[in-house]
Amino acid sequence: MSRSRAIQSSGNCVRNITADQYAGRAKDELADPRVYCELLRQYSFLHPEFSYLPRKFKIAVTGSPNDRAAVAVHDIGLRMHKNEQGQLGFEVLVGGGLGRTPYIAHTIRKWLAPEDLLAYVESILRVYNMQGRRDNIHKARIKIIVNQMGIDKYRELVDKDFEFTKNGALKVPDDEVERINAYFAPPQYETLDDQTQAIAKIRSGDRAFDRWMRGNVIEHKVPGYAIVNLSLKAPGKTPGDITADKMDAVADLADQYSFGEIRVTHRQNLVLVDVKQAELYELWHKLVALGLATPNLGLLTDIICCPGLDFCALANARSIPIAQDISHAFTDLDELQKIGQFTINISGCMNACGHHHVGHIGILGVDKRGEEFFQLTLGGSSDQNASLGDRLGPGLPQAEVPAAIRKIVDTYLVVRQQQERFLDTYRRVGIEPFKAAVYGEESQAA
Amino acid sequence: MALVKNGELAASSFIDVSGAEAIPAAGPVIVSLDQWKAHRDELLKRGAELGIRLHSDQPPELVAADLPHFAVVALEFPKFRDGRAYSYARLLRERYGFKGELRAVGDVLIEQCSSCCARASTRSTCSRVRIRSRHSRPQWPISASGISRPGMAGRPPSICGSGER
Repeated sequence: MSRSRAIQSSGNCVRNITADQYAGRAKDELADPRVYCELLRQYSFLHPEFSYLPRKFKIAVTGSPNDRAAVAVHDIGLRMHKNEQGQLGFEVLVGGGLGRTPYIAHTIRKWLAPEDLLAYVESILRVYNMQGRRDNIHKARIKIIVNQMGIDKYRELVDKDFEFTKNGALKVPDDEVERINAYFAPPQYETLDDQTQAIAKIRSGDRAFDRWMRGNVIEHKVPGYAIVNLSLKAPGKTPGDITADKMDAVADLADQYSFGEIRVTHRQNLVLVDVKQAELYELWHKLVALGLATPNLGLLTDIICCPGLDFCALANARSIPIAQDISHAFTDLDELQKIGQFTINISGCMNACGHHHVGHIGILGVDKRGEEFFQLTLGGSSDQNASLGDRLGPGLPQAEVPAAIRKIVDTYLVVRQQQERFLDTYRRVGIEPFKAAVYGEESQAA
Repeated sequence: MALVKNGELAASSFIDVSGAEAIPAAGPVIVSLDQWKAHRDELLKRGAELGIRLHSDQPPELVAADLPHFAVVALEFPKFRDGRAYSYARLLRERYGFKGELRAVGDVLIEQCSSCCARASTRSTCSRVRIRSRHSRPQWPISASGISRPGMAGRPPSICGSGER
């Protein structure tokens, strides 16, 4: 059975609507975001009014306060949260995006009732359809018009339209939400207890398993189950690549351990979302044998990397060799764990498919008179406190990138306080110490 | 250029004079917004039915108060991918209560016919499409019958957690 389709995967319309990779399973989730993704998909599918927008349009939904869906860098981002009365609704963000003109989205509405979701999204779309720029394809995304007219003006126009849409045919009926919800019904879980004690015992006797559990396994909302991430970031390998044979093996493991479901993440890993805690140790052994148990999820070598010049006609520079070089430079698992939570995102051109603007370290490949250079940015993030990275300095040749990353990491380890993440240290101390570490001699000479 | 109405080729009694210098003395005409502004009184005195042609940067609020004078509002698509007029059509019907004929004119492609003519209650748009000769005429009546929208009208979602679609 295929659940994929290609409709609206291209064109200036509402594209596929995304949620996070743990949707419907994560313990920190308020509600299943996929239900609202599907509601929006049905609404926007072949929509006669919004099939010829000024430019493509991407919507993302997070059901968790810990945003794994990067909603702040989407055209519309929806964050579920509860208002002061304890009612579940959405914070609505608008005008985020990456590419050549990156922006973090603005909050256009602090809380929106789920029943008003379609009406409010329609008003955002209608204002964009009429006001968005059509004179220049590079300035046609909603982020441009929102930032040109200002979020307050955009909000005013949307609210004016919403006065008409909010009590009309787009009011979302509860029974429709229920109906869609039924299609996302959880699998037949067994009634199990959490295996915290038993697993702790195994972990204390098996250091490699302990490492893997620490980063790659995520809490499940159902007792006795866990979410397992399969890292596709083994040292020296191309981030996100997996062979057909291994994919077959993963499919077998999914059948055996996780109700036959595999999820693919935008961070270029795979997830088995419904694994029994009692079977984690057994599954881990099999993943180790397949080379899919690299315990680096969320760590420095869990790099997002676009295909780059090796494969892509748009690219200015090769990104895969940079990712490989960095992963070769940081192979010590103890060190990686000591460095802690870290994202490096690499794009081979300014279209930013590797999301470099929102990597704690971003690396952008540029072409300078036929030579490849790599520009570093620091301090980006796509989570609930999203930010765009700041440019560190002039581009570096490929050979100097791993050493520069090393210098940045060393500086961080010196100036960080307690268990502070790199991102938090950066936000506290600013760019200067890192600039001095990477460009020290040259910048003094200049 | 041919005119399609509700999936059938149709005749138009209106002459589009929006690009012309002179407006004929009699007969139904479609004028530009500039012509309407400049010759409003004369046009009303002619006694014949009137239509107005709006460019894609002329939102309907510019003529909202004058709509009772028009039997036709022709919405221009300067490029097929300029979709502003779809919103204008919607606003004309639902906000401004325009009951006359909405006509899509300009670079309207056969694939867009169903968008122009969508007739579901919340998506009413154009009732007529004036087309260029880019496509052979027999294609149009077929296309205008539209595309069904999976997932709507009580059908199950096409992407979901479990089960066949």
